[in-house]
Amino acid sequence: MVAAKPFSTATGATAAAQPPVKLEVRNLGIRYGHATVLDKVSLRIREHEIFGIIGPANAGKSSFLKALNRMDMFTPGMHVDGEILFNGRDIRRLKNVYALRSRIGVVFPLPVGLPMTVYDNVALAPRLAGIRNRTDLDIIVERCLARAALWDEVKDRLNSLGSLLSGGQQQRLTIARALSQEPEVLMLDEFSIAVDPVTTMRIEDVLKELRREMTIILVTNLVQQARRLAQRTAFFLDGECVEIGETEALFSGEVKDTRTRDYVEGRFG
Amino acid sequence: MFEATELNRRNQRIQQLFGILFLLMTALLIAPVLLILTTLVAKGGSVISIDFLFTNPTHGMTAGGIFPALLGTVWLVTVSLLISVPLGVAAAIYLSEYAGDNWFTRVINLAVINLAGVPSIVHALFGVGAFVLFFRFGTSILAASLTLAIMALPVVIVATHESLQAVPLAFREACWNMGATRWQTIRRVVLPNAVSGILTGVILEVSRTAGETAPIMFTGAVFFTPFLPQGIFDQTMALSLHLFVVSTQVTDVPEDLPYGVALVLIALVLLMNSLSIAFRVYLRGKKRW
Repeated sequence: MVAAKPFSTATGATAAAQPPVKLEVRNLGIRYGHATVLDKVSLRIREHEIFGIIGPANAGKSSFLKALNRMDMFTPGMHVDGEILFNGRDIRRLKNVYALRSRIGVVFPLPVGLPMTVYDNVALAPRLAGIRNRTDLDIIVERCLARAALWDEVKDRLNSLGSLLSGGQQQRLTIARALSQEPEVLMLDEFSIAVDPVTTMRIEDVLKELRREMTIILVTNLVQQARRLAQRTAFFLDGECVEIGETEALFSGEVKDTRTRDYVEGRFG
Repeated sequence: MFEATELNRRNQRIQQLFGILFLLMTALLIAPVLLILTTLVAKGGSVISIDFLFTNPTHGMTAGGIFPALLGTVWLVTVSLLISVPLGVAAAIYLSEYAGDNWFTRVINLAVINLAGVPSIVHALFGVGAFVLFFRFGTSILAASLTLAIMALPVVIVATHESLQAVPLAFREACWNMGATRWQTIRRVVLPNAVSGILTGVILEVSRTAGETAPIMFTGAVFFTPFLPQGIFDQTMALSLHLFVVSTQVTDVPEDLPYGVALVLIALVLLMNSLSIAFRVYLRGKKRW
């Protein structure tokens, strides 16, 4: 991968002291047919930060994640404009989208335990990457399940079906599967809607740990979750990126747009 | 507090009524099947023996066994499966997993469904024109099996297509998101979950293929031959045609003989179905594909 390019824009001066930019989005627009779901979004996500994206339903948050992963290829009618730079490379011009996707782990709103064994769920990505050696796979599976705080619960039933685990366990299985890709970026799309509060807290602790190794994009409709986890947060509303700022600043009322304050204080949404 | 109102009682009466109605319909469906099976066993059971299964017909087909016909049907079903299953499954995978939803694929889907409704005698005439005459296969197992395969293709395609579509999109998305290609996703996630539905389609097809008479009587099956088929370019007898012959074309056939032939045909279909079901159970028990 090409290293991040130095910035030439006016805001580049302040970025010098900060970690390098992992993902940069310039003037991103997303349409489905004629319906625009996201318009003129520009933002930068730095390495090793948890970047929160909050906003009500239909704000364009999930479509944003899809665009980062080039899933528009698999979505009929989805059209993406603008630039998306991953490690400084424009992914819109990338031929090998599979390499891009394998560097980005994704966790969905509803847990997706694939109908294969727990072991095979976690070993799938390494196998796709060509790892065949059973010992190597064993090590990867154990490490990923442990990092997703699931190993202790499933170590005795690695051969039972992953789709038979409870909702909270399946969501951690999904995280373990994403980690098995050794991703540089982990994207979570409202991971907690089908998960109980205790499991949610455990996953949040996991994310705080993972931040040391990767960049995390956390889409959530729980504003307090963004506050607990994210260093910086963006507020999306009706296809518009209303505001981006330090999370604490947004929550302490230092906002440029009053809609942001209204949303984080729970006055709408 | 929990007393039933007039409306509650009425709703309960109606739901009981429908339960009984559906039960009656189901019984009505099962009755003919049981009736056919018991009649066949009662009237034809007496002729069934090892000799009957494994010897040639004698005395102008009024006595002896049915071995050439039995073997011929196995040949026809096997060869037509070898043709129609790979073709049908491949076409269904293309339509379900690769092709976009546009007018072209919709026309193809419509054509496939309509093909399923074409009468078998039309398939038979097509088989004569295309395989026997144009491709010069003559009346042979190959020509008859190709005709049967063409007739069975829509069943395989529709059954496969539907079982592929029944695999949730979320599974595919999870796999694509990991960097898997379409084919990796199909092989590792979609097909293993669709295989039992595909096999159901194949089972249906086996039953139909074994029983069809019209498509093979001009393309490869013959009235009588004392020779067993040695390869796909030979002519052959077939159980379904033999049943037709001994029931209507030959005189002085003992009454239990046609029933015996029918019983063997049904038993053969049941046997093939059981094999497919066993295979399906085996695949399901296996964790990896």
